[in-house]
Amino acid sequence: MSSRISKVFKDLRLNKRSAFIPYITAGDPDIELSQMLLESLPLGGADIIEIGMPFSDPMADGPSIQESSLRSLNNGHDMNKTLMMIERFRIKDKETPIVLMGYFNPILQFGVKSFINRCEEVGVDGLIVVDLPIEHSDEICIPAQKSGIDFINFITPTTNKERLKKILNVSSGFLYFVSIAGITGTKAPDNKIIEELIKNVKQNTDLPIGVGFGIKSSSQVEEISNFSDAIVIGSAIVNKIDSLKIKNFDNDLIVKNMIDFLSELSNPLKGMG
Amino acid sequence: MKEKMTKNTYKDKPDASGNFGDFGGRYVAETLMPLILDLEKAYNDAKNDTSFIEERKSFAKDYIGRESPLYFAERLTDYANGAKIYFKRDELNHTGSHKINNCLGQILLAKKMGKTRIIAETGAGQHGVAVATVCARFGLPCVIYMGKTDIERQKPNVFKIKLLGGEVVPVSSGNGTLKDAMNEALRDWVSNVDDTFYIIGTAAGPHPYPQLVRDFQSVIGEEAKKQIKVKEGRNPDFLVACIGGGSNALGLFYPFLDDNVKMYGVEAAGRGLETKEHAASLSKGKPGVLHGNKTYLLQNNDGQITEGHSISAGLDYPGIGPEHSWLKDIKRVEYVSATDDEALDAFQICSKLEGIIPALEPSHALSFTLKLAKEHSKDKIIIMNMCGRGDKDVFAIADFLGIEI
Repeated sequence: MSSRISKVFKDLRLNKRSAFIPYITAGDPDIELSQMLLESLPLGGADIIEIGMPFSDPMADGPSIQESSLRSLNNGHDMNKTLMMIERFRIKDKETPIVLMGYFNPILQFGVKSFINRCEEVGVDGLIVVDLPIEHSDEICIPAQKSGIDFINFITPTTNKERLKKILNVSSGFLYFVSIAGITGTKAPDNKIIEELIKNVKQNTDLPIGVGFGIKSSSQVEEISNFSDAIVIGSAIVNKIDSLKIKNFDNDLIVKNMIDFLSELSNPLKGMG
Repeated sequence: MKEKMTKNTYKDKPDASGNFGDFGGRYVAETLMPLILDLEKAYNDAKNDTSFIEERKSFAKDYIGRESPLYFAERLTDYANGAKIYFKRDELNHTGSHKINNCLGQILLAKKMGKTRIIAETGAGQHGVAVATVCARFGLPCVIYMGKTDIERQKPNVFKIKLLGGEVVPVSSGNGTLKDAMNEALRDWVSNVDDTFYIIGTAAGPHPYPQLVRDFQSVIGEEAKKQIKVKEGRNPDFLVACIGGGSNALGLFYPFLDDNVKMYGVEAAGRGLETKEHAASLSKGKPGVLHGNKTYLLQNNDGQITEGHSISAGLDYPGIGPEHSWLKDIKRVEYVSATDDEALDAFQICSKLEGIIPALEPSHALSFTLKLAKEHSKDKIIIMNMCGRGDKDVFAIADFLGIEI
């Protein structure tokens, strides 16, 4: 099935450039501003958008994304609202692919079947479920793919050859290469090491490879884009939103500042090709 | 005739994927998967390795002080005026609770795997103390994650961990309790994949933890089974144990699962099951996924995990080991509960009548045991797991009773 995600990567490959994938947590800090931020992401250069479904216990995430999830939940956010945000976004933007990222339990409680149906309805293109390794592919990965929604699996510095093969067998859309053994938004990756690891993955697959965890500057974006197909930035963006909110800026000003911030991050990707 | 061919047992779980019926599994981030598979392999090897088994036995005897006595609580039996009450006295173990049984097993496994750094989570601090103890004994550094709120409540244990050479890291994310400490320990593990072994304190988490913790704790039930045969010439009629994550209960229950023995797990009802302040994941929770396994959880309709409450910091975890979830659904074990007040009453009765100051956790089990004994005739036998001693709780209890020490 040709998805919005594969179309983006196809176009980018023609232009020889990598995709910029900014992340925000749905409902952070509140639903109104979160909706405005979501709609502004393409203006800041987003080729694909990653939206976090907040969870009370985000075990693979560092402090920034944990706190953003709690801010969102404390303001009454839930799964229905996350999906409604995307529905609203799609009225204006039918092109930019959206990937939902989160943990399994909120999906399980929503009902896996209803969740996949709603994702199709509102225009979700891909799913990342942090705590569903390939051992649990039957639970969402396979049914989602059957409904034409990409399931993006992780490859990490601990993934060995044998596992890589198994992961590739059930992956679609792109691969999410976790640049460090660690949690989001903490230590910076060693570019030399990941370049080698990614080269090795590329020998086994044509799927595009996105790199995330610990990327926060445009210079990192520039370097990593030399050997990857997409750059995911989460914690740095979430921190920026928080810092702007704390300054008591009004929503329009926050959005304007965010577009500038994102443009700067994505700039090295746009000049190429 | 065909039925006779199939093995009819409750003891063949988990399956190869770590499932106990619909529960269990390995719901962890990809970075951790290779580590968990390594651990599974190492554990399967160790199970059949006689030198591992012998080493564990030898330390269990001379370091922990096993076997623990099976004690006839005669005065409490008279008080209840019904079934005979026996205590399996795991509170007499080194460090004062059953937790050390598991820590010993896991640290020997860590050593065997060549790991050089230990991490753990702790709520009440009993597991933290037991981990720091075995780490001192085997010369490995340890980092114990503990919620900020719990550190305030459990100062003596925090100090003990430090005396034993452990490092306590306060966790302020979330609400600063056990589940947050477990999140933080998992974050540490994923960041230190090469050298670190995570000693999980209860029969929960991703496969193989629920299985290996159960196996390391099963010594409780194995001993009890032999001991009651000597004392009474037969199996007990009932087993009772308190349930937080459920490791002491599984340790007692597991060896009896295929026998004709009725079992009760006692959850913490906190201020009452009708309130929101309890920790009764099985009675009031729904199946969900947290900390690597599918199991009953306290959560809202959106799948967000809610906090458990109990007077006992060792029981206020919002989840439960997956094997208990399965045993509940197939109705092999009955799960009941006791409130804070009921546990406090049992605590005082036991101290006065038996000269045993129980921890608040087994005080929950005792409260139910007394009720059960009253309902049954004098020829029935109950074994309750006295899984911890109350030294750690005396300050908190004085506080609850409004007494200044």
